[in-house]
Amino acid sequence: MLPYFTDIYGNPSSVHSIGRDAKRVIDTERAKIAEILGAKPREIFFTASGSEADNWAIKGVAAANRKKGNHIITTSIEHHAVLHTCQYLERQGFEVTYLPVDSYGKVSIEDVEKAVRKDTILISIMHANNEIGTIQPIAEIGELAKSKGIPFHTDAVQTTGTIPVNVKDLNVDMLSLSAHKFHGPKGIGVLYARNGRIGDNLIHGGAQEANKRAGTENIPYIVGMSTALQLAVENMEENRKKVQMLRDDIISFVLNNIDHVRLNGHPTDRLPGNANFSFNYIEGESLLLMLDMKGICASSGSACTSGSLDPSHVLLAIGLSHEVAHGSVRFSLSDENTQEDVDYLKEALPGIVKTLRNISPLYNGRKEGNNHV
Amino acid sequence: MYSEVVMDHFANPRNVGVIENPDGVGQVGNAKCGDIMKIYLKIENETIVDVKFQTFGCAAAIASSSMATEMIKGKSVDEALAITNKAVLEALQGLPPAKIHCSLLAEEAIHAAIMDYRLKTGGSVDNIRKCDGCCNACDIEHDHVV
Repeated sequence: MLPYFTDIYGNPSSVHSIGRDAKRVIDTERAKIAEILGAKPREIFFTASGSEADNWAIKGVAAANRKKGNHIITTSIEHHAVLHTCQYLERQGFEVTYLPVDSYGKVSIEDVEKAVRKDTILISIMHANNEIGTIQPIAEIGELAKSKGIPFHTDAVQTTGTIPVNVKDLNVDMLSLSAHKFHGPKGIGVLYARNGRIGDNLIHGGAQEANKRAGTENIPYIVGMSTALQLAVENMEENRKKVQMLRDDIISFVLNNIDHVRLNGHPTDRLPGNANFSFNYIEGESLLLMLDMKGICASSGSACTSGSLDPSHVLLAIGLSHEVAHGSVRFSLSDENTQEDVDYLKEALPGIVKTLRNISPLYNGRKEGNNHV
Repeated sequence: MYSEVVMDHFANPRNVGVIENPDGVGQVGNAKCGDIMKIYLKIENETIVDVKFQTFGCAAAIASSSMATEMIKGKSVDEALAITNKAVLEALQGLPPAKIHCSLLAEEAIHAAIMDYRLKTGGSVDNIRKCDGCCNACDIEHDHVV
């Protein structure tokens, strides 16, 4: 990335030689990314984030197809970049179906099919969920969408660089990804669009990205993203096996050594580095902070970490009660984690859970046979 | 996000536990909101001689309970009733805006425990505050145990 801040710093839209050099860099990186995704270079559009890619895909299609129809299908467990965009469109008069998921967080293809209407203009379903890690049957949903002639978008922010993501295999028309999820820089992403067909522009005011997305391209970040993706893909199988082994070690340890705990998400169809648990009778933020004091960083689906009073929409969608959802914690692993890290977690976690349960009146109530949870 | 005092009371909470045969018990909050506080009082001659708590909740809730119990220990019942969530907040060197209701919960838990004591002993319950849902944290779903 670094030479592209200092040496090859031209504006790719400029005609002069340093501008042309910069343009060549973008073209080269675009082609590399396209090849990895099984796409053509003209189908790759650079964005400033995965959230922008999601916003663009959905708002773009909605705006361009307003006369054709105003119905969108998505799921109740999407990332907020999709959910809040859909809610915004509802306020603009669109109708959105938020499909339910089963207790593992899976969408049923029958539900997708039942939700399709004559005026459906877009289906947007995430490849894998960011909180509970469940991987959706995207290829099958894509086939269904194709047979109905409805554009199909997937948010593949969680999966790109982690598990195979090929736009042809997945049968998608549009796909969002974000570089920082595969060790690339933050603040850069891609929207893939089949045949370069995309709805209306989200950002107006320049001829960049085939007139589809105004704004001077962020060349150092594009190079960083492309390089990170290549590295992630080269080492994918090896990393996936390693991370999955660590994840499974955590999961079996927690399920076998801590009482009143549940694994959230699908047991097998899940992201290699995702382990999400609900620890009954305790609250997630307390657990996170105690882990943090021991140098372990995790995240929670508890309301207390989000500033709102409701726990994670994903945990509620898989059927957890508010109180169980409040006690949920996610451990995310990457190839940079080691068995030593996992052993350290295994040593620290049971004691922390025990400490917090000793403070909890719910745990006490349970012992008295008054089961609140 | 949290002051050093909050982190100290969270990591090393004072007065955790249960009092057998307490003179007053109060429980406020509910699991749906993610906060439950239960306070046990031992009272002799209108003085709080011992206090214990159990809390299900975030760090702010645990620290508020710990601080509030420290503040009422050794005080008379009337003095304990005069302790507001503002005093708890100040003692904790503040809480993030979204967590202020935790200090309120502590005040309410004390009041609920004293209410229980007064009802048992036939005392006046006039100056005891009940939750009026002012923090809008839970649609007044507190289940006061008296």
